[in-house]
Amino acid sequence: MKRLKNTFNTKSDILNIYVTAGFPSLNDTITIVEELAKNGVDMIEIGMPFSDPLADGPTIQNSSQVAIKNGITLELIFNQIKEIRKTVDIPIILMGYYNQVLQYGADAFFEKAKAVGVDGFIIPDLPLDVYENAHQQKVKSLELDMIFLITPQTTDERIRLIDSKSSGFLYIVSSFAITGSKSEIQQSQIDYFKRINGLSLTNPKLIGFGISDKKTFNTACQHAEGAIIGSAFIKALEGRKDIKQTVEKFICSVKSTQ
Amino acid sequence: MNYKINEQGFYGDFGGAFIPEMLYHNVNELKENYLQIIESDDFQEEFKDLLKEYVGRPTPLYFAKRLSEKYNTNVFLKREDLNHTGAHKINNTIGQILLAKRMNKKRIIAETGAGQHGVATATVCALMNLKCIIYMGEIDIKRQAPNVARMKMLGAEVRPATSGSKTLKDATNEAIRDWIANPEDTYYLIGSVVGPHPYPDMVARFQSIISEEMKSQLMAKTGRDYPDKIIACVGGGSNAAGAFYHYIDNEKVELIAVEADGLGIETDKTAATTQVGTEGIIHGSKTLLMQNSEGQITEPHSISAGLDYPGVGPLHAHLFKSGRGTFIGATDKEALTAAYQLTKLEGIIPALESSHALAALDKIECNSTENIVINLSGRGDKDMETYIRMMQ
Repeated sequence: MKRLKNTFNTKSDILNIYVTAGFPSLNDTITIVEELAKNGVDMIEIGMPFSDPLADGPTIQNSSQVAIKNGITLELIFNQIKEIRKTVDIPIILMGYYNQVLQYGADAFFEKAKAVGVDGFIIPDLPLDVYENAHQQKVKSLELDMIFLITPQTTDERIRLIDSKSSGFLYIVSSFAITGSKSEIQQSQIDYFKRINGLSLTNPKLIGFGISDKKTFNTACQHAEGAIIGSAFIKALEGRKDIKQTVEKFICSVKSTQ
Repeated sequence: MNYKINEQGFYGDFGGAFIPEMLYHNVNELKENYLQIIESDDFQEEFKDLLKEYVGRPTPLYFAKRLSEKYNTNVFLKREDLNHTGAHKINNTIGQILLAKRMNKKRIIAETGAGQHGVATATVCALMNLKCIIYMGEIDIKRQAPNVARMKMLGAEVRPATSGSKTLKDATNEAIRDWIANPEDTYYLIGSVVGPHPYPDMVARFQSIISEEMKSQLMAKTGRDYPDKIIACVGGGSNAAGAFYHYIDNEKVELIAVEADGLGIETDKTAATTQVGTEGIIHGSKTLLMQNSEGQITEPHSISAGLDYPGVGPLHAHLFKSGRGTFIGATDKEALTAAYQLTKLEGIIPALESSHALAALDKIECNSTENIVINLSGRGDKDMETYIRMMQ
């Protein structure tokens, strides 16, 4: 909770990078996250690979399958984060699906995440009311953040409701799409970002889905506190052994001021 | 015990709508409108008319004399195999296509495993002149070539699901993703009593015509509008939901659900979800499913593609957990034996799915005074290759 709050209080144009845990090789995640932090990334979203990731596109699903084959488990992910926390202090968000949380045991999951240094969660298929009735108390008592999604079809009334249940930030889904599909930001999307900004919400906002490069990142930053890059980064990592160089090159291409 | 769905879309502990926000609008739109539309007089009139004139309902409730003699009991077969397109699936696709039209949707998507639901969807789309896209696992496309050809002939586009295990569950994921990407003009026509609320309830309502007809047919044939036992196979569970529907609150009727044991529940080649599954979430619904300790959904196996699903509809999970339903299994081999037996005794070649229900006769106690209804959910044309191959 503190790390996320501090980040939004002190930084602008926040770059959040999504990483699939256990991809491309089982233990690459530690190196990847350390390198991302070194290269000035502001926040990390670590994906917990799931067999049936409904909200993700083919790139992230494929990386998840590879990671599952590599032998990734929630316990390993927690161990990796514990290791990462020895050197990395930027916020870490865990992203995954509700079934994984339920099978681990929800309370145990949140407690363990807190213990290893996780700051918040994105669980796209966790309904708002189920969160409120079953998990909100636990998550709040551990001072963790629960981040919910908003889409172009979410009504103003519902956006306000989601804003009231969320902490950390709001995840603004940029378009009618699954992750990794579009490459340009359209005027209709900008109108939608403006609609959200007109609502004077309490949480800061990060834009995700379709953010893939410097151009889309910069556009997103004009309408929110920052943005999330997922599929494009996973694509860059596919089949790579030279993790450090790949990370440096990718982040440079997004953040360079030229 | 209450076996009906509640306002939140739960049957007991099971059901609900565990969906990402990207689907919220669509699912909510459906939830807000489905009951009002399908209970309206003009909808019911058109639905019933199409079921009669186009599908060929009511389907007979046939007293299977020789099969009854063999088991020293009274077996009635509900002949869903005689429906247009060869299975019960069309009851649901007729209902949902009428709903989609009333919601002004222009584009229909669906998932299919064996291709039966895909064919039934492509059929009603041809009938209603709507664009139709069917998602089908790449592996299923290869093993069900005749149904792929039928769908194409009916004007549907068949899109291969190339992710994951490339079978039904992945085709379902792909269809859901299509809906996320096309939320405004597209209707997702789910083929079973699975998925987020309101789908399980809606599909059960459309299939409930099966038990509705059974009541008057049994009254005419036996002098009583209910049987002692109803037997139906369960993959996702739509034909069983339809066959049980009007008897769920009548505790005098034993509801027997037959799952596909595959090579046996002691092996990992099975689709007997209630036997080897645990509680969790699949395709937006809280139910029983086959998964590992990490919550990763595992691959089922059955000789019958229609039962080859790692979950089960939330209604059935509730019938299982509450004890209202009797859940048994039949292996690939037992289903084949039952299929050959029905063919020889009654001259009816059943679908492999329905053969699992028939196999239950060897597993249950029955006597000469009892009336048993077996829901013969589909015909065996699509399975001829398997039947011929396994005949030796």
